[in-house]
Parts: sequence; structure tokens; C-alpha cells
Amino acid sequence: MDRLPPWADVVLVPLISLVLAAIISALVLLSIGQSPAEAFRVMVEGALGSAYGWGYTLYYSTSFIFTGLAVTVAFHAGLFNIGGEGQAQLGGLGVALVCLSLPWPHWTLALAAASLGAALFGAAWAMIPAYLQARRGSHIVITTIMFNYIAAAFLVYVLDRLRPTGQMDPASARFPEVVKLPTLDVIPGLNLIFDKPVPANVTLFLALAMAVVVWAMLWRTRIGYQIRAFGKSEAAARYAGIDPFKIIMIAMLLSGGLAGMMSVNNVMGEAERLLLNSSEGAGFIGIAVALMGRNHPVGVVLAALLFGFLYQGGAELGLWTSIPIEMRIVVQGLVILFTGALDMMVRMLLTRVLGLMRSQKLGVT
Amino acid sequence: MDYATLLQILESTLRLATPLLFACLAGLYSERAGIFDIGLEGKMLAAAMGSAAVAYLTGSVWLGLFAGIAASLLFALIHGLAAITFRGNQLISGVALNFLASGITVLVAQALFSQGGRTPQLTGGARFYDITLPFAETVRDVPVIGPLYNQVISGHQLLVYVALALVPLSWWVLARTRFGLRLRAVGENPAAVDTAGVSVVGLRFAAVAITGVLCGLAGAYMATALQAGFGREMTAGRGYIALAALIFAKWRPIAALWACLLFGFFQAIALRSDVVDAVVPFKVPVPFLDALPYILTVIVLAGFIGKAIPPRAGGEPYVKER
Repeated sequence: MDRLPPWADVVLVPLISLVLAAIISALVLLSIGQSPAEAFRVMVEGALGSAYGWGYTLYYSTSFIFTGLAVTVAFHAGLFNIGGEGQAQLGGLGVALVCLSLPWPHWTLALAAASLGAALFGAAWAMIPAYLQARRGSHIVITTIMFNYIAAAFLVYVLDRLRPTGQMDPASARFPEVVKLPTLDVIPGLNLIFDKPVPANVTLFLALAMAVVVWAMLWRTRIGYQIRAFGKSEAAARYAGIDPFKIIMIAMLLSGGLAGMMSVNNVMGEAERLLLNSSEGAGFIGIAVALMGRNHPVGVVLAALLFGFLYQGGAELGLWTSIPIEMRIVVQGLVILFTGALDMMVRMLLTRVLGLMRSQKLGVT
Repeated sequence: MDYATLLQILESTLRLATPLLFACLAGLYSERAGIFDIGLEGKMLAAAMGSAAVAYLTGSVWLGLFAGIAASLLFALIHGLAAITFRGNQLISGVALNFLASGITVLVAQALFSQGGRTPQLTGGARFYDITLPFAETVRDVPVIGPLYNQVISGHQLLVYVALALVPLSWWVLARTRFGLRLRAVGENPAAVDTAGVSVVGLRFAAVAITGVLCGLAGAYMATALQAGFGREMTAGRGYIALAALIFAKWRPIAALWACLLFGFFQAIALRSDVVDAVVPFKVPVPFLDALPYILTVIVLAGFIGKAIPPRAGGEPYVKER
């Protein structure tokens, strides 16, 4: 089979996958008697048509950047971390413990400590599956799935303990007012754009910074090189003296830490207390984001924006039309299917089309 | 705990183990043929919705059952297309199909019935009903064994007995038939099967289709027998518990029965925390009981209770040499 030119591989393959997912989504909408054009209009208007909509889109995107980066780092080591959901929920526990345990003088200090706490708890939750993969060869996909369920059960138990006396719903106490993160509508300069309260907050900049850090780590450091080498060929990496145990542990701890850090955005920045199922599936969306973003931080940020749009737009669909909010899960599934599992089909299609175009051009000259 | 309570728990163990058993055997065929399938959950969900919707609309549980199998089979074939034909990542395909099923079932149920993504309650001929086995009434008064036969073994829906019958059948098919031998071979060494002139693609598609049918039975049982209708996310992770049971059973049919009964037992006692409190001297948190199947699976995967070795060619697409 002909090789695709790099530009086609980076740009065209994800775009075509996206178009295919969109076409199937439109067919799904048609088959349940809805208008795809109308649905798309509602989504664009609700998610991108106003500063208020953007405030929600960016809020979702922030979480997805973290979880997308988490899946990306593991992917580069050849590991498929499906445990982002559980790691994010444990990260939420870390955030809650940090915010509730000390009388913080200012939100900046609390943010630094909470980020660390979230990363530590997320990494700790990834550690056991990582160790079992590295030392005993237990399949990381299965163990991380199991750990998602164990995390969910664990949080039910912990929140029952953390719940203030007299409160009925399983949630922690509200965080003190001083640790409230500034949202985009109160940051000087940005408040000119965002005139209504929005959930997007300073964590967005932390997420973008982490994207840069992940890029620098993967492509500009020794350990990043080792991770990528290990992911490309374990045998070659081993021959070059790279310790598989070390790489698996480091890649998974970084991955778990990034997934955990997403909780700074939703637990500290939005809910201001720890709720059950705080991550609301964002850990899983990280898989779609990483696949769509071709496992590169720039791609991850762009894909996170796309999924932020999809999530906010999907919520608007649930509000203003009779299309259920679950439509966004359908689109998410289709994007993962086309970019992750059927990419060979897209590639074969594209190679044939490009080959055809090339031969025509040759025929003319 | 008295004998009557024990019988109640055993009875619900069998009821709750049935969907796990269907799904676990479903995964067994696929994985033994070298196709990982973490999309059992999604297929069950699709089948649950399909069977409940058609059973309600036609009033016939049998038509519902066929619709459920068809829905599950469709998802299985997409997985086959991605995993076998286009040699895509089988794990990612499974994840994708789970999401797809989770969303699309609610969408379709909402479009058909406008009841918040649920189907209406199934009644009468749209549901499976309990079967009383022969002599259940006559032996009821025999001490110990009588109530056991009457309450635990007799009085289940047809599909419970079908699931139990599938265990020896699956063992026989895999261990004693030519098809079974080839199926296992294609999961261990597809190149050898290819050399012998047997189609690897054909065998793997056959295995994936069997998985689809069995997941269809699991989902249909959930919606038309265990419960009376479809609700969003009603399978609640059972596809993953079945996957856990499959590993726990080390990919063997008879062991799968025991694993599913064990995990079904955990689900049954999680519903009866009063009994657990009465039997165990210390307080056991209910979430711990919920998490027990997953914790046990991790321990098995870690190789502390014998080693769980998956089929050797599992997860790898077969590329024919040219």
C-alpha cells in the first residue's frame, strides 16, 4: 500500500474521520425524526454564539485537555489507560482534602496545593495497575477498567464519611469562599468579553501550561524519548538499555496525575465541593480527544475544544429541542470508532483517492 | 441466618448470575478466537433496548428476543468489521461501541415512547414468566432438599435454564468439535490455521457473531425477564463484570459458570446488607461488596490465584503473508 504524505496523515485523516462521524450522526438524527441542520444550528448558537456559551465550552474543554493529555502520555508508551475516569475521581478527592484541611490565606496557594494533591491522588490510583502491568504482566486495559469501578465504590464510601452531619446528599462540605478560583468573568481584561458569570476559570491556563509541559517532556527530554522509544518497539527499547519497569511506571504515574488534575477544574473551579461521580465521564472523553488529536498536545487542545463544543452544544440540545442530551455520547462513540478503530479504513480510502488524483495529474502533463 | 434466608439469597444469585453467564460465554467465544471484546456491555444494552421495545410494540416476548439478538448482532458485526476486516484496535473499537450503544439506546427509546429514554412497563405476553419444574410441588415438603429444589432450582424464567444449558454445550463445542478446535487454534496461532487452508477471517467472524447472539440473550433477559422494560444504562457495568468473570475463569466454560455464580452471589448479598451484618462480626460497607468482583479480578490478574493466561493471539489482527 502507498504511504500517505505526512500532511494528509496529520490533517486529512482526522478531518475525514470527523466528517464520517458527522454524517452518521446526521443519519441517526434523521432516523429518529429530527432535523440535523436545526440541531447543528442550536449547538453552534448555544456553544459558540455568545461569550456565555464560550464560557461553558471552554470549561468543558479545560477538563478534556487534562484527560486527553493523560491518555496521550500513556499511548506514547504503548499503554492504553482507560482508567482516566477513576483517576480523575480520586484526583477530586485530593482536591477536596486539600481545600478542606487547611485555612488557606489565598486562592493561589490553594490552587498550587490542590493541583499537587489532585495529581498525587490520580497518580496513586494509576500506580497499582501500572505496577501489575510492569511486574506481573496484568493487562493494563482490564485492570484500569476494574479500578474505575473500584474508585466509584470507594468514593461512595468516602463521601459517606466526608459528608457533614445533617446533610442528606452524598457530598463533601462546601469549600471556603477564599479558595474559590477566579472565573473568566472576574479576571481583569477578560471580563470585558465575559459579562455574565461562566464556569470557565483559571484552570484553563493551567491546562494549556500542562499541554506545553507534556510536549516538552515527550519531545525535549531524555525520559520523553525513552517513553516514545518504548512505545514504538519494546524489544528495541529493551536492547537500547531502557528499563521497561521504569518507563511503564513513569508513563502511567504521569498519565494518572494529569487525569487527576482535571478535578481542579470541576471540583474546585465549579462545584466547590466533592460530589459523587464528579468527573461525569470526562475521563472517557480523554480517549476520544487523544485519538482525534493524533496524540500530540496541539492536537489534544484542538480536539478538546471540539469536544467542549460538542458537550456544551449537546446540553443546549437537551434544553431547547426534543433531542436527548445522550446525542453527544453517540457522537463521542462515533468519533472514537472512526479515529481509533476504523482509521485503517479511512487511510485506505484516502490512499486510493490521492493515488487517483496523482495519476490523473501525471496523465495531463 | 436461617435456611429460608439462605435459599432466598441463592435464588437471587441464580437470577443475577444469568445475564453475567450469557455475557461471559459470549466473551469466551470471541476471545478464544483472538478477538478481545470489551464491548459486551454495549451489546447487552442494545439488546435490552431492542427486545423491550419490540416486545412492547408487538406484545410478544419472542419477537422481542429476536429483535434483541439482531441489535446485538449488528454491534458485533461492526466490531468484526473494525477488528477483523480493517485490522483496527480491538480495545478502542469496544470502547467506541459501548459509548455508541449507551447513547443510541436512549435516543431510540425516547423517539419511540417519549418516556425519558425508557420503554413502557412490559406486561403479559411481552415478558418471560417463571417456569415450575416437574415435581417442584410434590417434593416441597422433603426436608432440606425439597425447599432447595422448589425455591432455588425451580421457578425461574426459561432463559435461566438456557444459560445453564449453554455451559456444557459450550464446553462440548470448544473441546470436542472440529469447529471448536479451529476456533481455539485461531486464537492461539492464526498462521497455522491459515496454513491448514481454513479461513481465519471466516472463523473469527463466526466467533464474533456467536458473541453477538449470546450478548443478545443477556440483554433480552435483562429487559424482559429480570426487569420489565428498558431503562437508560440498565446493564450497569454487567458487561464488565462478565469480562472480569471470564478472566477469573481463565477463559474456560465450566469455570465461567462458577465465576458468574460467585459474582452473582456478591450482587445478591449487596442487595441484602441486613444479612451480611447479621453473619459477619464486623461492619462491611455496602460499597465494598459492590467492588468485590472487581477487586477479585485484579487479584486474579495479578497472578496470585494461579496464572490467568489469555489466548496467545488475542488482540492482534491477523495479516496474511504475501
